[in-house]
Amino acid sequence: MDPNTAGWALVAALLLPVAGAVAMLLIPAEADRTIRRFAVVVTGVAFALVAALTAAFDYGRSGELQFVTDVPWIPAIDARFHLGIDGISLPLFFLSFLLPFLSAIYTTKHLPEPGKPKAFLGLMLLLQTGMAGTFVAFDLILFFIFFELVLVPMFFMIGMWGGPRRDYASVKFFLYTLFGSIFMLVSFLAVYFQSGLRSWDIVELSQAAGIGSVTFQTWAFLGMFLGFAIKVPMWPFHTWLPDAHTEAPTVGSVLLAGVLLKIGTYGFIRIALPILPDGALRFAPVLGVLAVIGIVYGSLCCLAQTDVKRLIAFSSVGHMGFVMLGIAAMNEAGIQAALFGNIAHGVITGMLFFLAGSLHERYHTRDIAVIGGGMLMKIPRYGVLLTYVAVASLGLPGLAGFWGEFGAMWAAISPGLGLSDTYGGLYLGLVVFAAIGTVLTAGYFLWMLQRVNLGRPSEKWAAAELDDVMRVEWVAWAPLLLLILALGVFPRLVFGVQDAAVTALLRSMGG
Amino acid sequence: MAIDFGALGPEIALAVTALVVLAADLSLRGPAKQLVNPVAAAGTVVAIALTLRLWGDERSTFGGTFVIDSLALTFKLLFLGTLLAVLGISWRFFAEGRYFQGEYYFLIVTAFLGMVLMPSARDLLTLFVALETVSIPAFVMVGLRKRDLYSSEASLKFFLIGVLSVAIMLLGMSLVYGFTGTTSLTGIAEAIAATQTPGSETPLLLAAVLLIVVGFGFKVSAVPFHFWAPDTYAGAPMPVTAMLAVASKAAGFVGLTLVAFAAFAPLAGAWAPVLGVVALATMTVGNLGALQQRDVVRLLAYSSVAQAGYILLPFGVARGGTDALSLAVNQTAFRAVLLYLVAYAVMNIGAFAVVIGVARRSGLRATADYAGLGARSPLLGGAMTVFLLSLGGAPLTVGLWAKFAIVEALTVDVTAFGLVLAAGLVVNSVIAFFYYLRLIRGIWMEAPAEGAPVPQPGFNLSLVVVSLAALTVVLGVLPALVTDTTSVVTLALGR
Repeated sequence: MDPNTAGWALVAALLLPVAGAVAMLLIPAEADRTIRRFAVVVTGVAFALVAALTAAFDYGRSGELQFVTDVPWIPAIDARFHLGIDGISLPLFFLSFLLPFLSAIYTTKHLPEPGKPKAFLGLMLLLQTGMAGTFVAFDLILFFIFFELVLVPMFFMIGMWGGPRRDYASVKFFLYTLFGSIFMLVSFLAVYFQSGLRSWDIVELSQAAGIGSVTFQTWAFLGMFLGFAIKVPMWPFHTWLPDAHTEAPTVGSVLLAGVLLKIGTYGFIRIALPILPDGALRFAPVLGVLAVIGIVYGSLCCLAQTDVKRLIAFSSVGHMGFVMLGIAAMNEAGIQAALFGNIAHGVITGMLFFLAGSLHERYHTRDIAVIGGGMLMKIPRYGVLLTYVAVASLGLPGLAGFWGEFGAMWAAISPGLGLSDTYGGLYLGLVVFAAIGTVLTAGYFLWMLQRVNLGRPSEKWAAAELDDVMRVEWVAWAPLLLLILALGVFPRLVFGVQDAAVTALLRSMGG
Repeated sequence: MAIDFGALGPEIALAVTALVVLAADLSLRGPAKQLVNPVAAAGTVVAIALTLRLWGDERSTFGGTFVIDSLALTFKLLFLGTLLAVLGISWRFFAEGRYFQGEYYFLIVTAFLGMVLMPSARDLLTLFVALETVSIPAFVMVGLRKRDLYSSEASLKFFLIGVLSVAIMLLGMSLVYGFTGTTSLTGIAEAIAATQTPGSETPLLLAAVLLIVVGFGFKVSAVPFHFWAPDTYAGAPMPVTAMLAVASKAAGFVGLTLVAFAAFAPLAGAWAPVLGVVALATMTVGNLGALQQRDVVRLLAYSSVAQAGYILLPFGVARGGTDALSLAVNQTAFRAVLLYLVAYAVMNIGAFAVVIGVARRSGLRATADYAGLGARSPLLGGAMTVFLLSLGGAPLTVGLWAKFAIVEALTVDVTAFGLVLAAGLVVNSVIAFFYYLRLIRGIWMEAPAEGAPVPQPGFNLSLVVVSLAALTVVLGVLPALVTDTTSVVTLALGR
């Protein structure tokens, strides 16, 4: 595959899941096992294609778009079908093919009530196309379509296979995201008309930096901010997240945390910052303050949780706060850290939700007090995995979680684009509070581990037959477990890919 | 003055069809009476063929009061396509319900004759005749279930309010004639531009314009003239409701578009803010009303009130000036209305078709009856999901592009009022999705009630449902199929 000409590879990777979903309609619903295996094959082939694409990617030119497809789509409004991939997109794109593949493997064994693997996996494949598409769409309209496309399958996933409060959670998720996304659309349109380029092309609009007056940019940024901040989610727009995560089925949570949340931060970095640099600069301190409130607030909420899954959900609020702090720093180190934190959070928290799901499969509860400790004695392999991933999540150096958090704080000490002159003191204060947040994060994870892993199993569980990690779980989890270590030891795996792209991005912003 | 009969082809075909239907009904007996339906459908196909033959032409006859241009032809096709779909969903409903079939088909073809005439009208009188040709058969059709009290009430309410709106509109038209000395739309625009100075127009003229606008407000069930709509929709036979909610309303919008942009464009500074506020009120009242409904037909009725509000939004940013920006704003607004009407017809008739399919034989129409529909009838459940998502404006459905066009029209030139309207649209989309999702959730995520029947929609209705659902998705993925057509349609209107 030649990255200059093989645009078809990207289109094929994107369409494979949808085609698989359509093909799956033809399999009779009774053929339960066939359906599950078929989904593994589809996601596996798609993943193999993306792996090949990753291998063929020209890392020497990671700042430029590769595998480009650019054809007219809706001539009446100048919208184009413009796909491409660069160093910023590649890791996220890779992740949005890896996680569904692992989820499909996991689903061969575990599927919550009411079963119906055909509908479940069909929705998952549709979701995959939507979320992967957002990372490679370089036309604002196309981006918006993919951005919205993920809502419907996720709504059904939570609503049909979710926990007891699924009705509430699914509708809240849908309406909340919809609310923000339409404001985002209004901003897109305003930018389109204001630029006078008659183009929705993200690259062209970024190069035309300085669209409209500073006031215009501030308002337009506000619209995009609402769309992306709800998706991230930033405090105070996070309230849909704990509900959606707690009620969603395991696979839904994994994809939600692993990929969907990243669309928000990716949108900030790819669209809002380069197209509206002046607006972004005026908003940066606000982003920073909200991010740090999120970090501290998220950690405090975690301390109060009794449900393991809800705890992990709230930890996402804190971790995404670090990502947003990196963006608020507006310098190369900050954006790099934000993107790294994105990937790390996707891998780690995705894995944590897998573990939470399996916990529920075994104990039929996720209540910390009911489990009551002793997991290391009862199911030792599972206990070790939980410890490993939780420790990665709290940011232990040497594992993936460290670089994003550390990088974000390091970058925020000296924010870029002149922010340090006017807001230097504020940013220093933010870093201090973020550091307190890391301590709290370590605190709640270790406390959780102490309560579920250590000690002796209570009488209720001592006699119960509980499986340790099953073979299918090893297969589904191994890539993530390895990635957590690999990214921690060789952060260049991601930093190196992004480097040129991030430099180009900041140069276009005037930094 | 020679009459260009070729240009009148579609109208003539429909008129002949109506008479043939009436005659066929007299000569057929018993179950054979239902054969008038295919007769009407055949006539519609002939009318469509005659419309397509005119494609690309620019003609006018009757001294310029009747024209053929891209705008007229696009809407004619929309109405004729709608007629085909309505005939498809009517067959079983009327054949099995002991209705007066011949009369019904005669009336509905006549009503559509008025609609097809509407987009060609360039004169207040022609416009008025077209509007009445739509309305009068509709009064009768709503009351077709003679022994049903609800149907009679619906008919009476519709009739009284319809007549009132016509009286108001006529008063406005006569005043405008008094001021300008002409009934031709372009003539009115020229007279207004020549005699009125922007900013200090004669108050009585503005009042006359508003009277006409109010008259159309009744037709499109805009707040505060919407009270008849839910009761009438709920009481009328369902295919008639579909016709009223979609075709008759679209005809009203065509008329409003013509008078607003052709005749009264110079006075836009006066009527645009009024229509903008009316649009905000209409969508909000419609959506809040729909939240409360437990009957699917009433829910769709209120939802269509809300949809009328969306369609009115672009009128709110129309401009009176003749500079390039004002013309661009008006052109975009007009196209947004056009695109929304096309999308609206596809998805709303589809939704009503599903409702008719579910209610067939069982008469079930409460939202609770939709629990588990997806399991009982994947076809109807799946199609209803597509239509509801489209009405809400979800991606990969044509409804998204309709909403998109509206937002586009509001942001061509960023103004404070435009942004307020856009914000109103955002908030309302969220409210609307709340009740659409509640229905969708019922369809897929709730268990069917004990002994809930399996709907048997029948072949014709299934065909209509499947084609409309497919169209909703295809246009959702490739909107260029319709925007390429609509972008050719210009607001030239002979100016």
